[in-house]
Amino acid sequence: MSAARNVPRDGAERVLDLGRCGLDQGGHVLLARALAGCAPGERLVVLGDAPELSIHLAAWARAAGHGVESADSRARCAGRLVAGSAHLARFADAERAGATDARDGVHEQAPAHWGLAARGARVEVGSPAFDFALAEKRTLWADDVGALYAQALAAQWDPATAIPWDAPRPHAAEVEDALVQVLTYLIENETAALIVPARFAARIHPHYREVQQLLAIQAADEARHVEVFTRRATLARRELGLSTAGGQASLKTLVDEPDFAAASLLLSVLGEGSFVNLLWFLHEHAPDECTRTIMKLTAQDEARHVAFGVAHLAREAREEPTLVARLAAAIERRHDVLRHTAGLNAEVFDALIVLAAGGFEPERIAAGHAAVFELTRQMHAGRRNRLRLVGFDAEHAERLAGLHTRNFM
Amino acid sequence: MPATNSTLVLGAVAYDAKVVPIWDGFQRWFASQGLDFDYVLYTNYERQVEQHFAGAFHVAWNSPLAWLQARRTAERTGRIAKAIAMRDTDCDLTSLIVVRADSPVRSLAELRGRTIGCGAGDSPQATLIPLEHCARAGLVAERDFAVRRFDVLVGKHGDHVGGERDAALALLSGEVDAACMLDGNHLLFANEGIFTRGATRVLARTEPFDHCNFTVLDGAPEELVQRFERLLLSMRYDDPRVRALMDLEGLKRWCPGRTSGYALLESACERFRVLEPFLARMSVA
Ligand SMILES: [Fe+2]
Ligand SMILES: [Fe+2]
Repeated sequence: MSAARNVPRDGAERVLDLGRCGLDQGGHVLLARALAGCAPGERLVVLGDAPELSIHLAAWARAAGHGVESADSRARCAGRLVAGSAHLARFADAERAGATDARDGVHEQAPAHWGLAARGARVEVGSPAFDFALAEKRTLWADDVGALYAQALAAQWDPATAIPWDAPRPHAAEVEDALVQVLTYLIENETAALIVPARFAARIHPHYREVQQLLAIQAADEARHVEVFTRRATLARRELGLSTAGGQASLKTLVDEPDFAAASLLLSVLGEGSFVNLLWFLHEHAPDECTRTIMKLTAQDEARHVAFGVAHLAREAREEPTLVARLAAAIERRHDVLRHTAGLNAEVFDALIVLAAGGFEPERIAAGHAAVFELTRQMHAGRRNRLRLVGFDAEHAERLAGLHTRNFM
Repeated sequence: MPATNSTLVLGAVAYDAKVVPIWDGFQRWFASQGLDFDYVLYTNYERQVEQHFAGAFHVAWNSPLAWLQARRTAERTGRIAKAIAMRDTDCDLTSLIVVRADSPVRSLAELRGRTIGCGAGDSPQATLIPLEHCARAGLVAERDFAVRRFDVLVGKHGDHVGGERDAALALLSGEVDAACMLDGNHLLFANEGIFTRGATRVLARTEPFDHCNFTVLDGAPEELVQRFERLLLSMRYDDPRVRALMDLEGLKRWCPGRTSGYALLESACERFRVLEPFLARMSVA
């Protein structure tokens, strides 16, 4: 094939032979390709055999902003085009929307008029401005976000094959009741954890697509968690446990949090971080193999959600020293709002004891109680450590870790 | 309300809903260039021409037929009508008379006794000019052949493509033996898949003719009209503020007005006495 911009020349004129291809058969692609190499005013002789070619050529050229001169005497000549300039206008001042590969750097601020354009695309001037509230690298980027996304993709699992749904359930009916109560609580927490990243994903400028993708797959993880907890809860029971006012009040403050940094801290660093402890606890004390597998897989997913929250907040805190104080205020504000609510419902707390006990002998209950106490101690230590990673000093980390909702999430 | 001399007021016909965003957009652009611009819309060209003479606005965005209506009215009343600008796409159009590929009709003369599908009765490109072309070949409409009109939006002078499309469909279904359409619409219908390849044959092609223009009458505020004209001609397709508007209005460049491309339509009007009812109405008014 001859090169695109190199139409064979016939004397001083460029010549394009369309063969049998008409302008009703995509012939305009060949015309545009040939004209792209023509300076305005340059002539292009068009040859071809398609029916009505000269009529269509004149009509096409008029609409496309090219001049047309009638056919000359040479055989098969449909007309002679005089290149205009309109076909170059669209690209003339188009702007490159950043570098395709994030490793070449993303912009500190993504312009609204880049809109939905792919990173690395050329954006025609005059494209509409989109209202993406999160358009600053500082407020959302994590340096390993691309790797976290790849990891999340590789770690996806299929509930149908990854979980032994038919594994024996040798435990007592009351232990199953306790498990169903815990699962009921988990489901509503997972729903909050789905809504929050989904909402922010829709507000992130697509220039930071890795963050958008990561939050999208995080929301998909939570959708799967809702599914598996629901499916496990209904293996032996037709009805679920209690959803409490205090639990929902706690989650509502999360869902309502408008600030991305504050929501990331409350949900990922503190809430999902505590959930990692809780899920590993349930893994350890699961009464059956099905539950054990579910808890392991969901805990692994949650660890990734925590990792991104910590990474992007730590990065932002390094760039924006006032962030830590703003986050502290968010924790205290939420604590004040929830001060008069019950927090974790007694039914869930007691169900955790029963699960850890595995039976109702007094010594086992005492051991179960000790295990749940140890869990809350681990959760507190975990929150403190992650707050340190984000950038809080030891004293603040210790104090703020203690203000976290008693609902865990 | 009569047009004042600080705002350039344009009259245009709302042949499609897109007319509003087009002129709203141009209004913003003219404002950015320091020209106070406004527009008034009519549902038909006859009312627009009438109101132009009544002084309701300064510049009319006229169809070719409306241009002739304005020019002839001016001649009769001692006024002067001038075409100041037009689109690049208004120049050198041609119309086609198309038959089915398998039609036994091989020449215009063989249309005798048959039926031709046309656009709106007041469409220059899909009715008046093709029928004039036939007449020059010795075939008189309604005497030598029947005319089937596909009237879509009469009063809009064929600005809407609907009539031509209906005629094209009637050609394919065998309802008519030939159909009239703009050259560009033949390509459009082919690309839309209405005309599959080899389904039609071009029986005749008219001489080139021109389409719309911006018309002014004597007495319009000269300086204002000149600023409008200068700005119009300076508008560039490279300018992203107007590119989308120019796409909507169907042009790449505004050109100085010329009146050399209306002879064919004018002789059609004389032959078919198209202008008389309008001129009579104007002299009564
Ligand atoms: Fe989850
Ligand atoms: Fe999560």
